[in-house]
Amino acid sequence: MLKINDLHASVEDKAILRGINLHVKPGEVHAIMGPNGSGKSTLASVVAGKEEYEVQSGEILLDGENIDELSAEERAHKGVFLSFQYPVEIPGVSVTNFMKTAINETRKAQGLKEMPANEMLKMIRQKSELLEIDRKFLSRSLNEGFSGGEKKRNEIFQMAMLEPKLAILDETDSGLDIDALRIVANGVNKLKSEDNAVIVITHYQRLLDYIVPDFVHVLYEGRIVKSGTKELAHELEAKGYDWIKEEVGV
Amino acid sequence: MSKYTEDDLREELKTKEYEYGFYTDIESETFPVGLNEDIVRAISKKKEEPEWMTEWRLEAFRSWQEMIEPEWANVHYEKPDFQAISYYSAPNSKPKYDSLDEVDPELLATFEKLGISLDEQKKLAGVAMDVVVDSVSVATTFKKTLAEKGIIFCSISEAIQEHPELVKKYIGTVVPQKDNFYAALNSAVFSDGSFCYIPKGVRCPMELSTYFRINQAGTGQFERTLVIADEGSYVSYLEGCTAPSRDENQLHAAVVELIALDDAEIKYSTVQNWFPGDADGKGGVFNFVTKRGLCEKNAKISWTQVETGSAVTWKYPSCVLKGDNSVGEFYSIAVTNNYQQADTGTKMVHLGNNTKSTIISKGISAGKSQNSYRGLVQVSSRAENARNFSQCDSLLMGNLCGAHTFPYIEANNKTAKIEHEATTSKIGEDQIFYCNQRGIDTEKAIALIVNGFSKEVLNKLPMEFAVEAQKLLEISLEGSVG
Repeated sequence: MLKINDLHASVEDKAILRGINLHVKPGEVHAIMGPNGSGKSTLASVVAGKEEYEVQSGEILLDGENIDELSAEERAHKGVFLSFQYPVEIPGVSVTNFMKTAINETRKAQGLKEMPANEMLKMIRQKSELLEIDRKFLSRSLNEGFSGGEKKRNEIFQMAMLEPKLAILDETDSGLDIDALRIVANGVNKLKSEDNAVIVITHYQRLLDYIVPDFVHVLYEGRIVKSGTKELAHELEAKGYDWIKEEVGV
Repeated sequence: MSKYTEDDLREELKTKEYEYGFYTDIESETFPVGLNEDIVRAISKKKEEPEWMTEWRLEAFRSWQEMIEPEWANVHYEKPDFQAISYYSAPNSKPKYDSLDEVDPELLATFEKLGISLDEQKKLAGVAMDVVVDSVSVATTFKKTLAEKGIIFCSISEAIQEHPELVKKYIGTVVPQKDNFYAALNSAVFSDGSFCYIPKGVRCPMELSTYFRINQAGTGQFERTLVIADEGSYVSYLEGCTAPSRDENQLHAAVVELIALDDAEIKYSTVQNWFPGDADGKGGVFNFVTKRGLCEKNAKISWTQVETGSAVTWKYPSCVLKGDNSVGEFYSIAVTNNYQQADTGTKMVHLGNNTKSTIISKGISAGKSQNSYRGLVQVSSRAENARNFSQCDSLLMGNLCGAHTFPYIEANNKTAKIEHEATTSKIGEDQIFYCNQRGIDTEKAIALIVNGFSKEVLNKLPMEFAVEAQKLLEISLEGSVG
């Protein structure tokens, strides 16, 4: 589904990603871990198409198509979803209105008609029940005054509504207490299927107790320096990152 | 993928051409340029006005001659040459029509371009229209329905003929002839405008609506509006403006007076979209407007405005809260782009006890524009328990525009409670990327953010206007992306 080949990317002339290779197949969950500043969030932003990041070389293929030239919204229309580490506030725009706009813009891009209101309502009802979201929450301004947990749960709600092919969760666990973490992780698990894939970016292994990865990758100084199964996450939790640094000889 | 930066955003904002930039060739009867007592008399005569009205105009003209143009506003422009303006222009086909079929087809075509189909408007939502092209009312509909309730809704010229006692009693009582430079000018030369009277205890069954347009090269427009809501009555009045594109500046100096007698309520909504000038700041309308309402006991006046047009705007819809327990409200969205300048806000003058006022102002600046909020909250020494809440929010787009807030507070009574809140924010690339990532393109994202920002005010508009206003905001701020 997603194939990243020797990807180099920089921001403001500073090289951040220095040759990433990653292959994600449908139905898989990949975790990307690594110390601060290793390039985890940059990788997420580059795949999502954030403009500040410049791709120097390498390619990003989604279902075999090079998406490097596509705008962020075009990638979204093709099924790329990013759960933001710091979701932005848009005052005066309700969660529902935002979702309605997002869904209809995507449908428009796909040559479909707007989703009829009753269908939209039904979908909102289903997805909010699935994620145990109080419907009152949906009439609030997007992320305005939301607690950390609410913001992240809102991201997952949007993921549920947009039904992406590839979801990238950028530190979805940060700022969450254990209960919120469980709810968010359960939501992600419920949305998982054989046809979609999830990339989980996290510092800690605790999220991976709930969202169990098929593969764990360690990102360090812009490269994936080690890959393994979920046991690797436990090892990192126990030993920290220093042994990795030593192992790759930095 | 093209990199979308603030510069691109600015570029797009610049390139949005004025949608209603066309000119209709209707034969007009236009006075020679210049202003003197003879011209004032001639205007009055043309309109077959009674002697007292002529005198009233002359009085205003004499005061105006003694006055100087105000310079305190945060706007810079070349002052109009008042002797280079023609002060009267009326479409030639002057008689009123019984049906639309009789109206000059070219005029109807103009309405069509504007998206105002009278026929449709008549049928839709019960909006009565008093359409003003240049200075004379051309078509008035729904008059009969209104007449059955005793409501008078007609041109001010007609009101001077048909209801002189009402006009004489109220005109100039809220905005005196010599109130300010532009009001004095308007009082001397006003060509036409609307008049509305709602009798005691009557709730006006429909939204009253007027469309103003400037349609004659080099013609200043001096509208005069007088709305009187008698005791216990209610009226909602809508005013919408669009103007054809012109190279030279056009002066617009209107006066609106509202009188809400005991227990009456007036809701006055405006969507203003005069030609703002082109991307280089050339042309555009000078909009120097005096709007004020007087509230008697338990009365309420609510101003709602969406200002997207004009090169220079100077406008402060105000409320004089004379009666005890009266309420004044001001809800405003002012959008400036390119080289537009707006200095707008309100005055809430608390004279009665337990008077209450609310001010919600939303300024959106883009391009190289300057957007100022200027508001006065004044509490007289006799006004016990006056209460005001003001909120002024500014949204900036790009790095070359300005947002300014000038709040004045004069509290002369210790029991007054006055609150002022202000925020300034900028549409961030983060916000736009967030929307992009959800599949919403940049153009739509800006529309979404701006509409969200303006929501509190948009919600105050009557339904049919809210949609139009939302469209206007998008037109004013968006380019054609992609």
